[in-house]
Amino acid sequence: MGRKLLLEKAHVEGIRGYDVYRREGGYRSVEKALKTMTPDQVTEEVKKSGLRGRGGAGFPTGMKWSFLAKPEGVPRYLVCNADESEPGTFKDRYLMEFLPHLLIEGLIVSSYALGSKSTYIYIRGEYAWIPDILEQAIEEARANNFLGKNILGTGFDCEIYVHRGAGAYICGEETALIESLEGKRGNPRIKPPFPAVKGVWDCPTVVNNVETLAAVVPIINEGGEAYSKIGVGKSTGTKLLSACGNINKPGVYEIDMTISVEEFIFSDEYCGGIPNGKRLKACIPGGSSVPILPANLLLKTAKGETRMMNYESLADGGFPKGSMMGSGGFIVLDEDQCVVRNTLTLARFYRHESCGQCSPCREGTGWMEKILKNIEYGKGKSSDIDLLWDIQRKIEGNTICPLGDAAAWPVAAAIRHFRDEFEWHVKNPVESQHRNFGLAHYADPLEVVPA
Amino acid sequence: MPRTAHSADDRRDTLERSVATDGEERKNADNKKITFRFMIKFSDEKLKKVDEIVARYPQGKQKSALLPVLHLAQEEFGGWLSAETMDYVASLLKLEPIEVYEVATFYSMYNLKPVGRYMFEVCQTGPCMLRGSDQIIDYIKQKLNIGVGETTADGLFTLKTVECLGACGYAPMMQLGKHFREHLTPEKVDAIIDECRKNAAANN
Ligand SMILES: Cc1cc2nc3c(=O)[nH]c(=O)nc-3n(C[C@H](O)[C@H](O)[C@H](O)COP(=O)(O)O)c2cc1C
Ligand code: SF4
Ligand code: FES
Repeated sequence: MGRKLLLEKAHVEGIRGYDVYRREGGYRSVEKALKTMTPDQVTEEVKKSGLRGRGGAGFPTGMKWSFLAKPEGVPRYLVCNADESEPGTFKDRYLMEFLPHLLIEGLIVSSYALGSKSTYIYIRGEYAWIPDILEQAIEEARANNFLGKNILGTGFDCEIYVHRGAGAYICGEETALIESLEGKRGNPRIKPPFPAVKGVWDCPTVVNNVETLAAVVPIINEGGEAYSKIGVGKSTGTKLLSACGNINKPGVYEIDMTISVEEFIFSDEYCGGIPNGKRLKACIPGGSSVPILPANLLLKTAKGETRMMNYESLADGGFPKGSMMGSGGFIVLDEDQCVVRNTLTLARFYRHESCGQCSPCREGTGWMEKILKNIEYGKGKSSDIDLLWDIQRKIEGNTICPLGDAAAWPVAAAIRHFRDEFEWHVKNPVESQHRNFGLAHYADPLEVVPA
Repeated sequence: MPRTAHSADDRRDTLERSVATDGEERKNADNKKITFRFMIKFSDEKLKKVDEIVARYPQGKQKSALLPVLHLAQEEFGGWLSAETMDYVASLLKLEPIEVYEVATFYSMYNLKPVGRYMFEVCQTGPCMLRGSDQIIDYIKQKLNIGVGETTADGLFTLKTVECLGACGYAPMMQLGKHFREHLTPEKVDAIIDECRKNAAANN
C-alpha cells in the first residue's frame, strides 16, 4: 500500500466541512508558514521537495515560483488552474469535490509565498456545482480567520475568488486562461512575455494546477526534504491518477510513483484488471494528448525493463517507444476496441477545441478529423494514412500554443504503433464496419487475470 | 440601430451611443427626447449579485465579470443569450456589444439559439466512447425521435453531443443542467426522461 498525502482523509465522514477538516489536522500548514516562515522560505521548501507541476507539463514548481517578477507597487497574482478538460482527466474534480479545504489551505500558503492578495480559481464551466462547494469552504476559512484581513494576526491579507469558465478546453492553457479571466475569448498569447512577468491584467502571475497547489500542504507540514524522499529520482511525492476506459475499477487513485504499470492496471488496489477477462490492447497513460502505447511497450520499456508509473519511466524510449505522465489521465483499451475510432474521437475533440488563431492547428485538426472519419467509415484510401502522417507533422511545432502538438501526437502515435489496423480498415471497408481488428501482434500474450 | 457614421467624430458618437444604460435619456435623430428601456432586466437581487461579481476583480477591470454575468443572464433569461440579452449585459458592464458577442460565440456553454427546457449533453469523447456512449446517444435519438442538435416538438428536450466533461471514469455520462448524470444505461435514460416530464408537469 503506497503512501497517501492528499487523499488519505478523503473518506473521513464530514471532511468537506471545516470542523472535521480542522480536527483532522487541517490548516496546520497555514499556521506554520505564516507564523514561522518567510515567503521565500516557503518557496525554498517547495524547491527542495522537487514537486513538479501536476497540470501536464511537469515543470518544477519551486523554480516557477522563483521566476515571479516582484516590481515595487505592482500587485502579483496566483491563479489556480481548475480547467481540467483533457480527456481522461478527472482528478482535480475529485479533489475539489471531496477535499475542498485541502485546496483552499494550499492556496493560502502558496499565496503567502508569492505575495498574492487576490487569488483566483479558474474552474471549467461544466463543473457547475463545484463553485458552491469551494465558496462554502472559502467562507468557512474566512470565518476562522484563515482568509480575509490580517490572517491569524500575521498582517497577511488574502482573498480567494472562484471564476467559472464557460466551455473551452483551450482555457486550460495558461495564457488562454489569463485572457479568459480578463473576460475575453480564450486565445493563447505569444510568449514571451511570460505570465511570471506579464500575466493577468499585465501583472506578474503564477498559474498552477489544483493538485500542485494541494501538494504544497504536505510539503510544508512534513518539510520539502522529507517530501522529496517519497517516490523515485525526479518523480517525487505522490501523484493522482484518474483511471478510465476498460477497467474494473475506474476512479481516482493516489500513487507514490514506485509501482509498475502492470500493478496499477491489474492489482485490486487500483484498476482491478480488465472486465470480462479480456486482454489489454493499448493504453494512453497521461491524458489524450500523450502517445498511445500498445500493451507490449506499455508494460515493458523498449529495453525490456519493467515500465513504472513515474515521469521518467513512462517517458523512457522517447516518443517512438514511450509516452508521458502528462495529466495523469489513464485510459485503458481492451482487445475489442478500435484504435481508428478512438483516434477519430480525439481528433474531433482537438478540432472542436482549437481556438483558430494559427492556420496549421485550425485547418490541420479539421483535416485530420475528416480523413480519420473516412477511414473509420470505410471510405479511406491507402494514401490517406501517409497524408494523415504528413498533416500531423506540419502542425507540430508550428503553432502559438501546445494545443497543436497535443492534437498531432495522438494521431502520430496511433499510426506509428497501429499502422496495420489503419491499413486493414482501408483494405476491408465493408468488414471494418461490423468487426474490429482485434489484438493482432501488438500485445505480447498476457496472463489473463480473472475479473 | 445606430445611424451610419460619416466622420471620425460621428463614428465616436455612434460608438459611445451604441449601448445605453436602462432609463438613460437621449435625443433621437429628430431631436426628440427618448428614454432607453431594455425589455429585459435583472431583478434587484440579481443586480446585487452582479455587483458582487464585479467586486471580485480590481477597479476598472469589470470586463473580467463578463463570463460569470453571461452565465447569470443565460439562467435568468430563458436558457439562451439573445442579442438583446447580450446588449443588456454590455450595458451593465460598460462594454461594447461586440466585446460581449465575441465572447458569447467562443464558449460552448453559451446558447445562441433557444434550447429545450431539458438539455441532454452527452459526452462522446474517447474514454466515454470506450464505455458505450455511442449506443447511449443512439438510444436517446430513438427514444425522443430527434437527431443531435434538435429539440422535441413539445420544446422539452434538446439532445447535444459534447466533448469530455471530466467524468470519464463514470462513463457513459451526460450533463443535465447543473449536474452530471453518470453510468448511463437505457433504463437510466428512461428514468431521467420520466423525471423531467414529471418535473415539467409539476412546474407548469
Ligand atoms: C491545450 C492545453 C490545455 C491545458 N489544460 C490544462 C488544464 O486543464 N489544467 C491544468 O492544470 N493545466 C493545463 N494545461 C497546462 C497549463 O498551461 C499550465 O502549464 C499549468 O496549469 C501549470 O500548472 P502546473 O505547473 O502546476 O502543472 C494545459 C496546457 C495546454 C497547452
Ligand atoms: S495552436 Fe491551436 S489552440 Fe493554440 S493558439 Fe494556435 S490555433 Fe489556438
Ligand atoms: S470522455 Fe466523456 S467525460 Fe471524459
